[in-house]
Amino acid sequence: MVENRPWLSLLTHLVLIVGVVVVVFPVYLAFIASTHGSGDFMRGLVPLLPGPHMLENYGRMLTQGISTAGAPPVSIMLMNSTIIAIVIAVGKIAISLLSAYAIVFFKFPFRLLAFWTIFITLMLPVEVRIIPTFAVVANLGLLNSYVGLTLPLIASATATFLFRQFFLTVPDELMEAARVDGAGPMKFFRDILLPLSRTNIAALFVILFIYGWVQYLWPLLVTTDSRYYTVVMGIKRLAATADSEPLWNLVMASVILAMLPPVLVVIFMQRLFVKGLVDTEK
Amino acid sequence: MQTKRTIFPNKLLPYALLAPQLAVTLIFFIWPAAQAVKSSFEREDPFGFRTTFIWFENYTRLFSEPGYLNSLTKTAIFAVSVTLLSISLSLLLAVAVNRVLKSNRAYTTLLVWPYAVAPVVVGILWWFMFNPTIGIAPYMLRGLGIDWNHRVDGNQAMILVVIAASWKQISYNFLFFVAGLQSVPQSLNEAAAIDGAGPFKRFWTIVFPLLSPTTFFLLIVNINYAMFDTFGLIDATTNGGPNQATNILVYKVYADGFLGLNIGSSAAQSVVLMLIVIALTAIQFRYIERRVQY
Repeated sequence: MVENRPWLSLLTHLVLIVGVVVVVFPVYLAFIASTHGSGDFMRGLVPLLPGPHMLENYGRMLTQGISTAGAPPVSIMLMNSTIIAIVIAVGKIAISLLSAYAIVFFKFPFRLLAFWTIFITLMLPVEVRIIPTFAVVANLGLLNSYVGLTLPLIASATATFLFRQFFLTVPDELMEAARVDGAGPMKFFRDILLPLSRTNIAALFVILFIYGWVQYLWPLLVTTDSRYYTVVMGIKRLAATADSEPLWNLVMASVILAMLPPVLVVIFMQRLFVKGLVDTEK
Repeated sequence: MQTKRTIFPNKLLPYALLAPQLAVTLIFFIWPAAQAVKSSFEREDPFGFRTTFIWFENYTRLFSEPGYLNSLTKTAIFAVSVTLLSISLSLLLAVAVNRVLKSNRAYTTLLVWPYAVAPVVVGILWWFMFNPTIGIAPYMLRGLGIDWNHRVDGNQAMILVVIAASWKQISYNFLFFVAGLQSVPQSLNEAAAIDGAGPFKRFWTIVFPLLSPTTFFLLIVNINYAMFDTFGLIDATTNGGPNQATNILVYKVYADGFLGLNIGSSAAQSVVLMLIVIALTAIQFRYIERRVQY
């Protein structure tokens, strides 16, 4: 700080506290709602203090779900989301490591074409090619399967660029030494390059896990069988009961459960998260 | 393009290494995109037996359709509002955190986690707060004499989705502004303070101009976010309504194609969206190339 201005410091803290309240309040309200009985939402206003039904609500959602709304138990959906998020993150990292390795450490015809083909995926998010992509997946018979949920999302230009950038900074001497010692390309990749990329892989994993977890449109399109619902899309079904008010306490219990895993990842791996976020946008 | 000084001599291995990525890209990205471009020039008869090539008819019809022009306007209003609101709030918070010496880690942790909340969940959270019958926000607004019902009032629906979308994006912008602020040389600030410039003057004449690369980058990223990543949010709060008031382009392309089954129009809309993403990506990369030279 350049100079001491007590009033300005006070104002600074005030701004931050208001900011934190605004950011936290919607989730606080959701949590409060999830601890009440369903009758508490008939009166004019949502309650602002915790109620006594927390364990009951969470227990019911985790084990039974709401069958009338066509939603399976949240525990199944949480399991699906975890599997899908991990498969997407690991898959993206694996195929991006391999393709970045090919692009940086080899010279071959069509290298530039391969690079640009990967680059183009940046410009084609699912949202802009919904129907034809759905048609491809349907024709391959991948609707309602983990493969259909994950494989089409696995290509990653950003991860490939990140690893390419990193590989270019690896000193040439390492590779020359490895070759002199008789290591082949795959041995060099496995024993030298992978260990060096550890931090980058971890940071990217955090970002991509969140990316996989929050997917909504794609699971919505390719799953009709409730066994494959992810928690993020399952919640929407709960909340969208046609003519009656939703069962707010149960909906909010599932909202809290759906938010918890990725939010905990961000809070407890904050350093990796920030690194991943800033790196992937370079 | 850059490569290593020494390389491995293998001829086939690089293709094998690239194969998985290229296969996924070709099957699930390039091919569907090409299909979308193709069917945007075709008309399919109602039974799907015959398709005829009709040049730009889908496009001309699209741009003369009031619903689509409305959607374009709404998307522009939505994207600009979200971008301005979330960038200005996060800049304020980032500057504040940068001033605090002791507790900045705690504040940062409390501010960044909404990044991990899915857009559709964000939608549900704000929908609950603004629920006309039981929500807390309409209750308080009633005290101010405002009758809140975003199910009927299009402007209120737009305000709701803008607030919700900005809320989620604050964490992202905040982190980039904090990173940008940390790279502003402290000596400049000190020199200006010695010359008698107060904190506000120093911010506007020194810090803010030095942040302009970050701000510009965030402008593009936020527009991109508001246009393409908010599908779930719209789906959870307003479903594009009331009366198309929040029917932004990504929502419309889904509604027309999947619910309305209008393949030709939906394909043309997809192609328009692709052109927008390509333009935004191009701007972003051009700018990043320049930033590297600084």
